[in-house]
This record gives sequence, C-alpha cells and structure tokens, in this order.
Amino acid sequence: MQKIMVCIKRVVDYNVRIRVKPDGSGVMLDGVKMSVNPFDEIALEEALRIKERVTNVEVVAVSIGVADTQQQLRTALAMGADRAILVQTDAAVEPLTAAQTFLALARKENPDLVFLGKQAIDDDANQTGQMLAALWERPQATYASKVEVSADKASVTREVDAGLETIEVDLPAVITVDLRLNEPRYVKLPDIMKAKKKPLDVTSLEALGVANAVLLKTVKTEPPAQRQKGVMVKDVAELVDVLRKKGLLS
Amino acid sequence: MNKILIVGEHDGKALNPATAKCVTCAGGIPDSEIDIALFGADTANVAAQAAAIAGVKRVLRIDRAENQHPLAAIIAPQLAALAADYTHVFGPSTSFGKDLMPRVAALLGAPQVSDLMAVEAAYRFRRPTYAGNAIVTVEASPERKLIATVRVASFEAAAGSGGTGAIESKTLSVALPSHTRYVGAKSGSTDRPDLQTAARVVSGGRALGSAENFKLLFSFADKIGAAVGASRAAVDAGYAPNEMQVGQTGKIISPEMYIAIGISGAIQHLTGIKDARTIVAINKDAEAPIFEVADVGLVGDLFQIVPELERLVGG
Repeated sequence: MQKIMVCIKRVVDYNVRIRVKPDGSGVMLDGVKMSVNPFDEIALEEALRIKERVTNVEVVAVSIGVADTQQQLRTALAMGADRAILVQTDAAVEPLTAAQTFLALARKENPDLVFLGKQAIDDDANQTGQMLAALWERPQATYASKVEVSADKASVTREVDAGLETIEVDLPAVITVDLRLNEPRYVKLPDIMKAKKKPLDVTSLEALGVANAVLLKTVKTEPPAQRQKGVMVKDVAELVDVLRKKGLLS
Repeated sequence: MNKILIVGEHDGKALNPATAKCVTCAGGIPDSEIDIALFGADTANVAAQAAAIAGVKRVLRIDRAENQHPLAAIIAPQLAALAADYTHVFGPSTSFGKDLMPRVAALLGAPQVSDLMAVEAAYRFRRPTYAGNAIVTVEASPERKLIATVRVASFEAAAGSGGTGAIESKTLSVALPSHTRYVGAKSGSTDRPDLQTAARVVSGGRALGSAENFKLLFSFADKIGAAVGASRAAVDAGYAPNEMQVGQTGKIISPEMYIAIGISGAIQHLTGIKDARTIVAINKDAEAPIFEVADVGLVGDLFQIVPELERLVGG
C-alpha cells in the first residue's frame, strides 16, 4: 500500500436551507456557505486512518470545480492529506465526466485505493465511484461501513437494504463510503497553518484530455410539492378516532 | 419504438416488489416495449413471477454460477452486453440498483438519471436533488442509451398477475472479472413486513433514548402489522440497525401510513417519507419540524402515548 487517492466535491453546506430560483433556472448559490461533501470527508478520514496504521502511505486529495474549490482542498490538507490536485473548471461536470477525470488522475497517480463518498449531497446522483471503477476496470465496493486492507486486498462491509454484506476486492479498487464508516476528525488551527505549505497543483480537463460532454441537460428546477398542513389532536383517543375515520386503523 | 430493459432484483426465490414498480415507470414511456433481465444461479422461479407482471413482453434469464450473488462488477458487463438491443436500461433505486446501474452506464458511455420520479417524455424525466428540496427536469438525447434508477416510492407496482411474458434463457459470451468476491451477508431477519414495501411503518427517533426502548415500537408495530424504521439519529446512536434507517441516505419509502415517534423531522429524514400517504407525528416538542409535514400530530410524551395507543388499537 503506497498511495490512496480521495475524491472530494465542493457542495452547498449540509445546514443550508436550499431555495429554488423563482425563474426555475437552478438553486440560489450566491453567498451560500460551501463545504466538503460530508461523505467525502468520511472517505478522507478513512484514508487518513489507513495512513496512520500503515507506514509510507501518501494520501492525495483531488477535486474538480471552480477556483474556490482550493478552499475545500486546503481543508483536506489540514485534515492530513499530503498533497492535493484541483482540476479547475467553471463548467458543471456530470458524473460520467467526473469519473473520466478521476480515471485520468488515477492513471497518472497509480493509487492502490480510491476513496469517494457514496453520493454528493447536491445532485444526490450516487454514480461517480461506480463509473470510475467501470472505466478503470477495477473492483468497486460501495456504501462501505467497514474497511480492512491488506497488501493486495480489501475486505469491505457494505450497508445494503437487507442489512450488511461483505465482499473482498483485489487492489487497486474503488471504495465509496457510507455514513457510519467513521467520524471525521476536527481540524485544529496549527494544521490549517501547516496545510498552507502543502502542495496543491492546479490542472484542467483539457490538460487531462477529458471532454466535458453534456449528456443530461437540466431544463427546469422546481421546489417540491408541499404537503397540506394537517390537524393536531389533543390525546391518544382522538388520534385513534381520526385514523379510524381515515380507514387507516381498524 | 422505445425498447426498455429492466434488471430484476431478486434473492433467488422471490422477485423484489421494486421490479414491478420499475415496470410501471417504464410503461409511462410512450410507444414502449418492456423486457426484464434476471441474473442468478437459477432464476426459474423468479422468471415465472417476472413473466406474470402485466406489461412485460419478455423475460431474459442469464443463469450462471457467477451470478449467484448480485455483484455489480460481475453483472454490469453482462447487462451492458444485453443493452445493445435496447434504448433504455432501468434498475430500481435500491442498494442493488444504485450499486449496479452507474457501472453499466459508464461501460456504455451513457448518462444515468438517478432516482427517476416521473416520466415526461421518452428522454425527459424528473428527479429530486438536494435531498428532495429541488426537483429537476432533465433531458437526454436519443442518440445514446438512457440508464436510470427508478425511485420506487414514486410508482405503484404493476399487477403481478395476468402478464404473458415469454421466458428465454440467454447465454452471453462475456468475460467476467475475478477481482471481486462475495464473502457473506448479515441481515436482521425479521417476521415483520419489509420496510421498503410495508403499507404501515412505525418509526422511532433519538427521543427513544435506547435500543431497549425501541421494543416499545416493535410491540406496537406488531399489533398493527407495521414495519419498523428509524431516523438517522437513532441509528447513529446505536438504537437501531442501519437497515432500518429512513431518509436521504437510508430508505425512501411510501407507505399508506407513517407514524413518526420521537422524530424531530430533519430535512434529510423528511426526504425519505415525502410520498407517505398519511404521516402521523408524535413528539413532545410542539415546534418540531415533523409537525409541518404531518397530516395528524400529537404533542406529548411518547413513553405514555405509545403504550396507550397499543392498548386502544388492540381493543
């Protein structure tokens, strides 16, 4: 085990209440707090924990996005990544293009493992990790809740609808992480200072030979349908009565 | 003519109800013909179930020892090969489909619509983003295949009988990788209804306070024949196992009745229950956001309310 690549995405912060623009052209992003996608933070944390267990592992944080994405990569460096690469673009990038970009980086960097969050909390697509694994012709272990690595294999416990499933994959492999894999560390001030000196390279889609194709055009963005305000009942007897009248309880 | 291939989900014995919901979704595409592909070691029984779904033209059985467990790395190249004859390939938005379909899309160089919630035209769909807070309409070109995971909570299941699909066994000459191996599974086996498909769901949050106290919910749920769910906070606290989690990153469900007990109603949780027919909320905090979406709300102490509720519905 020599190198782990972690893909992170800059997204609207988890706590921001999303508002749709009145003209339906998207969501309001002006002045909104941006953060590392929470699942990607968990992905990075897992890579760092492996680095702490195994000597001489380099952790490389990579991202695709606008120039300001450097902020999120600095956060990754402050958490403990050794260096970072930003593929800078102002254009929106679909999961397939993101996967092609990470593939180009994986071919350059030759990591033993690539970690990503299982989904980004903005587009909720849940595609990029699986697509990267397909293009790289390597195994995928999605929704990881436990990861054990050896020299050339990883045993991954996955959160699936029926419970937990364990698979074994040969390295290199792509692992996408779920919520309960770990709890990411807090960044301390000295680490933020140190992170400023760590290398952060900026490259572009063109330099990596990736064309940013638009395969799915977003033609409209709308707020969801609102549920009608309901009724408040005063006690259990009234609750049961209401539910019986609705035919929901016998 | 739109030719749609749906990958059927099953456990070797029974077809997952998500498959019939995918059929309904695919049926919304104009001028369509729907086939189902089944991967397994022996899919004879599930093929019969799939062929009986109304609206299914053909059921393709791809029986092979390597398909015993649904590993995305093994199934994806086979499904991608089958896709040659189709315009659309759909799978359910379950952990099986979400794992598999992007791998197929990448092999085909095709876009994927995740969590497809409505069909507007053959290449125009609606899907949720930002935990369901922004619904986008997306459009693709017919020049490429269109891959989708179907948000099962958005569709009723197609009738499971009366269909007259033809069953065919397919042999594919596709080389399969050996780099991914199934080791085992641990499921919280239960006699209760399946959370994903149950008509009634009783769900508990952090206010339950312990795994022990969740027994209160199980007891009530059993009385009314409900499945039991949990909020992320309750799962993170160790009160309930992960497969019970309802919400943006857990299960998205659409029961007839959802009873949220001691759940404050974080936006990520509400994402998972938006399509419930009736939402009942029981919480001691009258200001809890869950009451904004609840059809019926009751403010009070769940430790008094739940036992009383169980007694009253029993009588």
